[in-house]
Amino acid sequence: MDPRRKRKLRLVVALSAAILLAGALIYTSFSASTQASTPSDLLANAEPGRSYELTGEVADGSVDKRGEQLRFEVRDREGKATIPVTYEGVVPDPFREGREVIVSGTLEKGTFVAERDSLITKCPSKFTTKDDKST
Amino acid sequence: MEYGLAAILLAALVAMVVARPLVLGTGEDEAGDSVAREELEAAKEAKYREIRDARLDFEMGKLSQEDHRSVDRELRGEAIEILKRLDGLDGKSPETV
Amino acid sequence: MAGVGSACLLVGLLTAVYAAGASLYGARTGNRAAVVSGRRAIYCMAGLMIAATVILQSAFLRSDFAYKLVAEGSSTDTPTFYKFTAMWATQSGSLLLWALLMSIFSSAVLFLTRRSLRQIAPWATAVLAVIAAFFLSLMVGWENPFATLANPPVEGAGLNPLLRHPAMMIHPPMLYTGYVGFSIPFAFAIGALIVRQTGADWIRATRKFALIAWTFLGTGIMLGALWSYSELGWGGYWAWDPVENASLMPWLVGTAFIHSIMVQEKRGMLKIWNVSLVIATFVLALLGTFLVRSGILDSIHAFGASTIGKQFLVFIGLVIAGSTALVVSRLDDLRSKARLDSLMSREAFFLLNNLVLVGLCVVIFWGTFFPLISEALSGTEASVGPPWFNRLTTPLALVLVALAAIGPVLPWRRASGRGMARAFRVPLAIAAATLVGLLLLTDAADSPPSLAMFCLVALVIAVVVQEVIRGATARRIVSGDPWPRALVGLVTRNRRRYGGYLVHAGIAVLFLGVAASSAFLDQRDVRVSPGDSFRAGGYDITYERATASLGSDTAGTGAPISFGAVLTARRGDKVETLRPKRNFYPSQDPATGAIGRFFEGEATSEVDVRWGLRRDLWAAIRPDIGELEPAIREANAKFGGSGDKVQTLVIAAIVERYRNQPPPANFRVIDSPLVSWIWIGGAIVLLGALIAIWPSPETRLRRVTSIYAARLGKELSRA
Repeated sequence: MDPRRKRKLRLVVALSAAILLAGALIYTSFSASTQASTPSDLLANAEPGRSYELTGEVADGSVDKRGEQLRFEVRDREGKATIPVTYEGVVPDPFREGREVIVSGTLEKGTFVAERDSLITKCPSKFTTKDDKST
Repeated sequence: MEYGLAAILLAALVAMVVARPLVLGTGEDEAGDSVAREELEAAKEAKYREIRDARLDFEMGKLSQEDHRSVDRELRGEAIEILKRLDGLDGKSPETV
Repeated sequence: MAGVGSACLLVGLLTAVYAAGASLYGARTGNRAAVVSGRRAIYCMAGLMIAATVILQSAFLRSDFAYKLVAEGSSTDTPTFYKFTAMWATQSGSLLLWALLMSIFSSAVLFLTRRSLRQIAPWATAVLAVIAAFFLSLMVGWENPFATLANPPVEGAGLNPLLRHPAMMIHPPMLYTGYVGFSIPFAFAIGALIVRQTGADWIRATRKFALIAWTFLGTGIMLGALWSYSELGWGGYWAWDPVENASLMPWLVGTAFIHSIMVQEKRGMLKIWNVSLVIATFVLALLGTFLVRSGILDSIHAFGASTIGKQFLVFIGLVIAGSTALVVSRLDDLRSKARLDSLMSREAFFLLNNLVLVGLCVVIFWGTFFPLISEALSGTEASVGPPWFNRLTTPLALVLVALAAIGPVLPWRRASGRGMARAFRVPLAIAAATLVGLLLLTDAADSPPSLAMFCLVALVIAVVVQEVIRGATARRIVSGDPWPRALVGLVTRNRRRYGGYLVHAGIAVLFLGVAASSAFLDQRDVRVSPGDSFRAGGYDITYERATASLGSDTAGTGAPISFGAVLTARRGDKVETLRPKRNFYPSQDPATGAIGRFFEGEATSEVDVRWGLRRDLWAAIRPDIGELEPAIREANAKFGGSGDKVQTLVIAAIVERYRNQPPPANFRVIDSPLVSWIWIGGAIVLLGALIAIWPSPETRLRRVTSIYAARLGKELSRA
């Protein structure tokens, strides 16, 4: 094969690989992604039984620990809407009232029932937003 | 107050340092010979390293004899060019056989 | 002194602007004096940044709470070790760190190239000065580290206890050294493009800086992973967190860059690729700094909350636009006539390695910014998690390790088919033997990607060992040296090559640890009382007793209260003891009560790890202090106004209560195989990098003689 054809062939192979990768990227990310919703999002248009990622702040005075189960309310970052959450599992170190959290689960009869161990709390310092999925 | 005074003092210090070459001259040779020399020396080093690398590859059996011979010839030719230019800086005329 | 510090910043900014102006003027008119003046301005800037840093650090050491930064990030009871590091835990302090490193590195490179690169250096100086000016302007205009408080508090807020860990002390400076280090080749690339000197000169002058930057950045990333594993309570070392990804992306592209510049040096190819890579690396480094500072990935709404987010975005946009325009305008100077001779050549495999690395970076970039992308495309903010990242990066990582095995065997230009077959015989046999061994003797087949990785790791190490042996043998034939001398001679005369091979081996070992520990770990979360036993991995674990201590802080982090446990872990004949703890730091919030504040502040997990070569046993505890709450409330009421001594006694009593009547506690125990090899691999990479960077004795000697020869020539011509 003369060098020019060889080079064209290589270019075609490289481009195809790139397109394949891009396709895999786009397809898998959109199908594997979880949607982040605020309390007002969920209150407005949540489908029961569908899995969501609830994000917001832990409402002051709402944390109540009963044995294995933790109950608290998540409030809109800027707003008043709250949703009560029941959670079992690992509670991260920084978890506290007023801190931002992300928890996955489903909305059932007005209460957000969280998946086990899915609670993530954001570190409050301005320096880092490290998510601590810690014990 | 402290801020203003410090700023003026520091600015004056900096001004003295940066003004020196403007006032006293750079102290460099205008012909830039030492500059070209350093660049050529660096290029020469790199070329020598390439020749040694190719030799090592051949000794380790990665390059066949003919491949090494042609690569070595090419690289040595490039090295000689650099040496000629270095000699030119020194004011020597090209070596004649 | 805070005023002096602020003055240093303002004068530093003006100096940077002058440096840019003088260098540009000198570059355009050929006025050497202006160029030298601009260079000296950079030196001045370095001096000013050093002075500013010294002033700020001394304020931290003195616990001078008139400084806003000290009041917010430190306290009198913060251990001295961590008073030093508090500076870069803050927004403005870390900007100062950037500016400090930037000015020092710029001074170093300009000093080293003061006699060469006469045409490129002035433009590079201007670029470096502009970057420094950007960071200085952020401090002068928005985030001044020397801001003072009109009413300084008596006590500071203290350093976030999570950051009180030795790895965290050097993690930011290492990362920043990496980011700043890559700005040097970037600046010289821009300079080379402007003056159309697109040969390898700019690469030769800045290669060491690129290598040093790469080493620091990589080590910083490793330290972050080590911190995550040994300090945070979740037991993992990599979470595909946006902040982690932000540092990994420039490192990946930087790795591609240090490979492909070798191709340009040897063959004059890939010029367009190289300038694009170095621009991408620098942009990603800026992006990395910006991501951590701006909050943009929390949500687009949080973005506005940061005071410097928009400025960063504008600056990054300008850098991208300007660099791209420059590259496009110089395309003709960048095209080379050289072509790839053969696919079986080192150049070809470097190119492949580059494509894989860039591919990895694209994947990680996409996943990290997916919340923004999905919001832009579909209106809802969605995110992808670690499973997605692992799924897409694993195959690319496998290809990368395979390339790392093949590359070292290939020569430049063209490999002889027979030589290659001969060269791969033994390593392939070893890899095959590994495969068979693993299939027969272990359950590695349960995870096919890990099995593949193990075999590829064996291939890489076999190739590296073979290269060393064959190289030393070749040297012996020529020099007649005995084995050890031949080996040392081989490595010292070919530092770059063999340092690089060692890095490959280190990366392979690292991937070995990653593959084994992620696929074969055993994790258990339990809630048990003293006396209970449970099984985790291959161990039988018993919760022997609870521990509680007040005022004795073995880790040196300044924690008053510590609740923990003693666990014994039995495996066959071996018995290990684990003592995980949880440290409670006092809160400054008076609403929690005078006694209660000692229990309601930040709490960190002090995990206990039994490190081992074959496996790690990792344990963390989350004690339940809910049962102590009635006692705490009572203490708040009764002793809230009492003196310090009484309060200490009361707290001690409550602490004792936990030890004597411990409620059930939550434990996480992880048995993970071969984790330590990740850190060992990282250390090997560091060693290999150091070997590659270390100047070889010959070049040092020759550089000295050439300086003397130059001086002689100059003096002779003047006489």
